[in-house]
Order: sequence, then structure tokens, then C-alpha cells
Amino acid sequence: MSLTRSDVEKIAHLARLALREEDIPGYARTLTAILDMVAQMNAVDTRDVTPMAHPLDAVQRLRPDEVTETDQRERFQAIAPQVEAGLYLVPRVIE
Amino acid sequence: MNVCRPDSMSLRKLWVKVTRMDWEPVIGLEIHVQLATRSKIFSGASTAYGAPPNTQACAVDLGLPGVLPVLNEAAVRMAVKFGLAVQARIAPRSVFARKNYFYPDLPKGYQISQYELPVVEGGRLEISLEEGGSKLIGITRAHLEEDAGKSLHEDFHGLSGIDLNRAGTPLLEVVSEPDLRSAREAVAYMKKLHTLVRYLEICDGNMQEGSFRCDANVSVRRRGQHELGTRTEIKNLNSFRFVERAINYEIERQIDILEGGGSVVQETRLYDAARDETRPMRSKEEALDYRYFPDPDLLPLVLEEDFIAAVRATLPELPDEKRERFIYEFGLSPYEAEVLTASRELADYFEAAERASDGETKLTAHWVMGDLLGALNKAGLEIADSPVTAEMLGGLIRRIGDNTISGKIAKQVFEAMWQGEGDADAIIERRGLKQVTDSAAIEKVIDEVLAAHPAQVEQYRAGKDKLFGFFVGQVMKATQGKANPAQVNALLKKKLT
Repeated sequence: MSLTRSDVEKIAHLARLALREEDIPGYARTLTAILDMVAQMNAVDTRDVTPMAHPLDAVQRLRPDEVTETDQRERFQAIAPQVEAGLYLVPRVIE
Repeated sequence: MNVCRPDSMSLRKLWVKVTRMDWEPVIGLEIHVQLATRSKIFSGASTAYGAPPNTQACAVDLGLPGVLPVLNEAAVRMAVKFGLAVQARIAPRSVFARKNYFYPDLPKGYQISQYELPVVEGGRLEISLEEGGSKLIGITRAHLEEDAGKSLHEDFHGLSGIDLNRAGTPLLEVVSEPDLRSAREAVAYMKKLHTLVRYLEICDGNMQEGSFRCDANVSVRRRGQHELGTRTEIKNLNSFRFVERAINYEIERQIDILEGGGSVVQETRLYDAARDETRPMRSKEEALDYRYFPDPDLLPLVLEEDFIAAVRATLPELPDEKRERFIYEFGLSPYEAEVLTASRELADYFEAAERASDGETKLTAHWVMGDLLGALNKAGLEIADSPVTAEMLGGLIRRIGDNTISGKIAKQVFEAMWQGEGDADAIIERRGLKQVTDSAAIEKVIDEVLAAHPAQVEQYRAGKDKLFGFFVGQVMKATQGKANPAQVNALLKKKLT
């Protein structure tokens, strides 16, 4: 499988990455190489292998339902680019 | 020749009605049930509603670097409780996945959800149909996920404001099979689910605050056709009325397109309640690619048999079981049982009032469904806030049952209890409302009434039977409604023959 320029542009858009024009062929080549490796792994017979959701052989620990966090808005908002009336301000998104 | 013809307008209406019947709507609902935990699904921040913006959004909820999610046990218990109540399979092992998309109210750039291995699979819920009978609606799955924050688009100098208090609130997304065939059925299913989650005490059911939200998948197909038509998804449905209106609008819209030879576009649409229409959501036009993958920050959720058994032990009597019991234990009609079990609070109220009424079951059902619900509705109150408690109402009904007061006088006493004048016995005593059951006393009043209306007595004896009611009315008036009606009837009959 070989990725085209438009595939690379679509992936970059989904990840919200800005690419330089001249870098696109290089990404197409290296991403294709990754997919080739996946294709190679896909060829392995895994019928008897349980799908792995996590590399650790452990299960999720559960936390008691208790409120343990206190309000630290001032500290968090100190590093935000813009805040107003307690809200984080971001470029407008219209629905 | 003059032929009588229907006008073109009614012909058109008839035609539309006939062609509509050729189409069958197919509807599935995705309902987001906000779980009533104290803290969030993956952090120890509070989930209380209405706090000042961002005061309940901690480092985990903000997606700051270096934080790790830790799963809330209560959220898992609630999901399992739901699964058991709808007779679903509880997955012994389920997995959390990342659903990737960019939106400012989702600070991590992904929502933690469940994808391939949800915690609950394959349940069902029975709904009552308006035309009688019932229908089983399949529940495909229910999975745990976190809620996003809120975007406020009021003018912040051309920017949007973000409140992340809701980010990380636990949700159980309940996905139905496409088993629903009309907007009415969809609403019946949604109401049933709403009742169930409140019975289970896993959700407060508050739709204004967004604790119970619905998306509807709608398509239509020719009757008899097996394959499904292209569907659209309607978002933003936060009331039962909107669900019904939005689905009906969407059904009509799709039929119009197909009748006109067009094809339905698979898309997400928003319901606009003010204009009563659905329209495409612009931002989602480009097909979303969520790129789900297992979240490496969370280990698989493994549920042991004893955990599930412990949750099963906490299941309350469910709405359907309670309804059946009300029918056989109290001898109520299916309709009465349905109304009285609509919420756990109402059912508990009825049972407590029935106990206090000294066996006046039917009368209690009648009073709860009539005067009590009417008064609550008029005052805009919930059952829990009723100024007349179940014990007070039962006490009033006991006094009707033992003939202390008549049903008519009871309405006065109820009104006085509602106004806070104390319990029924105190009001009856203070106002001197005790029914007159002394035959001699009633007879005396009857004699006076008959003596005062000789003309009517003559007419009655001449065959004008209708005047009997007039005499009863006069006697009741003379006793201020306190004479026992059955005794008045019997004694009057005797005197007039």
C-alpha cells in the first residue's frame, strides 16, 4: 500500500498538523513504510492469540467515589492565554 | 350535470396520507445517562451541578501533561446495575478506548469511551404501546464514557468561553436496536428508560440540567422492504416533546426527498426547537474519523462474579415488577398501576398512604391519582415536596372509610391540609365536620325539608321521580353536607312512599 499526497494531507488535518509543502513526499514515503511493516505483521497467523488491549498483564484498579480535588482555578488559569469570568477563552467555534 | 367533488385541498391531504402509509420509519436511540456519582469518572473533582465555571475542573479534567485517569468504582457499579436491570450480559472484561477529535471543550483531544468491548451488551426493555399491548425493544449495548465541557458562544470579543466543570462527568451511553417504528414508540422507550434509571438511583433524570439526553437515528423504508434506508442522526434532543417533534419532522423530510426521487444524505442534524425543524450540523459535514484505539492509560476493566453478585443484591423492585405487584396485591387496574409506578417516589407514597388508610386501597389510588396529583401539578411541585404527606392523606381516607366524613367533605379537609392546617382528624374536629349518622337527627331534618316543600312532595308522589335529587340536596344543604348520604337516601325513600 502506498500513501498519496492527499492521504498525507488528510491525516495531517485530522491531527491538526501544519506540514510544509516540500515535506509531504517524505511523509508519504515514511508513513508508507510503517504501513508496509503493519502489512507484514498482518500476514502472521494470529488465530490462537488473544487480542491485547494493554501490554501489562494487570487489570484496572478502581477508585472510591470521593471528592478529593479542591478548586485550583486561579493556578490553572494563570498559564492560560486568555480567561474571562472564570472561562477559558478560545478562537470562536460555531455550531 | 353537477357532480359533488371533494375540493382539491382535501384530496391532496388524502393522497399524502395514503403515500405516507407506504413508508415505514426505523428509529434507534442513543441515550446519554449522566451517572449520579459524587466525583468524576476518572478524577476526584466534584460533579455537583451549577458551580462557578472551572472551579470543578482539576488537572485530570483539563488534560494537563503527566496526569493519569483512575476509574471511579461507583460509575462501574451503576453501569452494571443498569445492565442487570435490562437483562443484559455484563462483560467480564471490557476496555476503554480513545475517541479522537478536536473541539475546545475536549481538552485532551480525545474522549475516553468504550468501543469494541463495552461493559454492557445485549439487553431489552419492554414498552407499553398506545394501541394496547407491549413491545420488547432491544438494547444493543451500554458503555461508560466521560462527558465533555461546555462551550459558551455569547460574545466574548469574538471568542468562545469554555467551562470544563462538566468535563469528566460519568456517562452511560445506552444504544438501542433500530426496533422503534414511530416517534411515539421512541418517546415511550425514552420515558421507560428515564423511569428505570431513577428507580435504580443511578441518574437524577434532570433533563433541564442535561442529566438525560438523547440522539435519534432515523431512516425510512418502503413497507415490506428488508434493507434499512440511509439514516440521519439528530442531536440536541433534551425533552420528550422535542424527541417526538424532531423525529416526526425528520420522517416527513426523508419521505418527501424519497418521493421526489432524491436520496437521503447520511449526516448529523441538529433540532431547532424554535423553528421546529432539523438542519445539518455544518462542523460535522466532513466525515469524522475518530481513530478509536485502546487507551494505554487505562488497564482492561475486569469484573469478577462476586462483584456482579454484590451489585445484583442492590437491585430494587423494578418498575415492571412493581406494576405487576400493584395489580395482583392491590387489585388495581393496569392503567392505575402504570400511573402509580411511574416513579419510585410516587409508588412509595401510594403504598404509605394505603397503609395509613386502613385498607381503603381503591379509594387511596383514586385520591392519589386525582386530588393529590392534580394539586401537585397545579402548584408545580414534585411528590417529595407535597405539603400533604402520605400519612396525612391515608389518615383522611381512613375517615372516609369509617364514615366519619363524606367524600365531599373530604375535599374540604384535603384543601385545609394542603394549606397547612394540620392532619385530617384535627381539621375535622376543629371545623365540626363530623358526619351526622344519627338517624333520628337526619329524620328530623328530612321532616323539616318535606314540610317546607309541600308542592314538590305532591309532584314527586304524582310520579315526578327526578325531584328525589332535589330533596337530597335540600337535606344536605340544611346539614352543611354533614349528613351521611347513604342514610339520607334510605330515610328519604321511606318517608316519601
